[in-house]
Amino acid sequence: MRFTHLIWGNLRRKKTRTVLTLLSIVVAFVLFGFLSAIKQALTGGVSLEGANRLIVRHKVSIIQLLPVDYKRRMEKIPGVAAVTHQTWFGGIYQDPKNFFMQNPVIPDEFLDMHPEVVLPADRRQAWLQTRTGAIVGRKTADRFHWKVGDKVPIQSTIWSKKDGTFLWEFDVVGIYDGRDKNTDTTAMFFRYDYFDEARRGGTGQVGWYTVRVKDSAQAAQVAKLVDAEFENSSYETKTEAEGAFVQAWAKQIGDIALITASILGAVFFTILLVTGNTISQSVRERTGELGVLKAIGFTNVQMLALVLAESCLLTVLGGMIGLGVAWLLTSRGDPTGGLLPLFFFPAREVLVGLGFSAALGLVTGFFPALQAMRLRVADSLRRI
Amino acid sequence: MNETNTGNGALVDVSGVEKVFHRGSEDIQVLKDLHLQVPAGEFLALMGPSGSGKSTLLNLIGGLDHPTRGSVTVAGERIDQLSDRRLAAWRARHVGFVFQLYNLLPVLTAERNVELPLLLTRLSKSERRRHVETALEAVGLTNRAKHYPRQLSGGEQQRVGIARGIVTDPTLLLCDEPTGDLDRRAGDEILSLLQALNREHGKTIIMVTHDPHASARASRTVYLNKGQLTREQKD
Repeated sequence: MRFTHLIWGNLRRKKTRTVLTLLSIVVAFVLFGFLSAIKQALTGGVSLEGANRLIVRHKVSIIQLLPVDYKRRMEKIPGVAAVTHQTWFGGIYQDPKNFFMQNPVIPDEFLDMHPEVVLPADRRQAWLQTRTGAIVGRKTADRFHWKVGDKVPIQSTIWSKKDGTFLWEFDVVGIYDGRDKNTDTTAMFFRYDYFDEARRGGTGQVGWYTVRVKDSAQAAQVAKLVDAEFENSSYETKTEAEGAFVQAWAKQIGDIALITASILGAVFFTILLVTGNTISQSVRERTGELGVLKAIGFTNVQMLALVLAESCLLTVLGGMIGLGVAWLLTSRGDPTGGLLPLFFFPAREVLVGLGFSAALGLVTGFFPALQAMRLRVADSLRRI
Repeated sequence: MNETNTGNGALVDVSGVEKVFHRGSEDIQVLKDLHLQVPAGEFLALMGPSGSGKSTLLNLIGGLDHPTRGSVTVAGERIDQLSDRRLAAWRARHVGFVFQLYNLLPVLTAERNVELPLLLTRLSKSERRRHVETALEAVGLTNRAKHYPRQLSGGEQQRVGIARGIVTDPTLLLCDEPTGDLDRRAGDEILSLLQALNREHGKTIIMVTHDPHASARASRTVYLNKGQLTREQKD
């Protein structure tokens, strides 16, 4: 700590240069935060519960429906603990940009299958008693200022009612929260029995099944048994782990991890050069001063540490500001209005970013620090 | 001040020293079989023309460079045999440097510049502050402590340089052309200050200078020419 003013003073020597370098680091880490949030939004959403959950869908495509009586057959398959289903409703609220997920489910089964969906007991009871009842995630409720007791109209883009209209009305009976940040609270769930009776077509058919296995170690085996059960039928299935299912969705856009790694790689390589150049130039400019420090007794290791501390201070400071800005910006939630419900900057990634900023400081400062360490005092003093 | 004289009674004993610089394929012999003893408490001036080896000799005595041959003993310690790391620690403990161009760090205030050598000691913050105040008082710059070098005149900057040189109470104060960049009046003030440090505080000072006016303030002057001592003159 006793060298802080010396390190800080060196960074303030050329304020414009330091500020510009700092800004470039800040921008890089803001980008890092945003890309982490996008990656999280596209590949997250698999809670620990997901480890023992399988998704069973039509073999051809997720938009093909499956018979509702598959449930009973699946329940008999060894290793299966519970089965429930959902169907994509594809509704909008008032305006096409107000997009969010709404699915018809069987309330008890759905809540038991998804313990990460937290709903007060009295609201659960109310849902069971209200045929047109729906539960809404906290984010969506806040977004549209919905509260329990409201009647909300949803325009389906897929399902019409028997009267030929596409406008459905639901009674909000509960607002659910996520057990953790990784739980999507932008969705709305309503009762399947109401939906199935009221819809014009597709009666007796559902979108996909969620299967909980008794032992997650046996999940792959159970998935094979499920698919074998419906092989050669009109509705063949494809069963996969919930995580793989979510990732398959994301892969429709591309390999998210590769895309983010490539962008960040290019950005940080540039930052490496920019910061490295700044520190190098700064060390070159004060060869004489470094010589004086050595003359008065600073050791080679202390010189190395001083320059490394200087570069680390710059990158960590830039990193902290950048990560802070990214955190603030992403904390406002999904910027797409519903396409990325799990858009947030995970705390784990913030820590990774901080570690990254320190590593950046060490790498960029290494060669200038080595240069300072190897400086011969008599030579450097002669250069003044 | 704890000083251990060498066997022959001198604080500094330079014996049979040679220094050769290699420039490409060429060897340049800067010092040749040089012998010099400096007793504790002496104010010695080293004079000679440019390239005579004055600064090189000062660097060897200050442990900034190693001789090619011969020995340099200061306060009973053969510093030519010390490793770089031990030599750095030795310099911090025993030597104060004063440079021609002051060599203050422009990003630090006067008091922070003076404090620099103390950062290498185990002194607490308050002890360091006390030492800095004493050193600045000794050079008459207490009221300029918070000023940056750019806000000080050349003479004042050199005073800060001297305060930095004496703040650890070193065994030796080595001055390389301390008045070389100053006008006559400021130069005189610096020389008076060095003289006072020598006479009143018993500091051993070795000063390189071109200026006979400056060397006249020293208690002894030795002359170098082409890497050898040619003559000496006592006060």
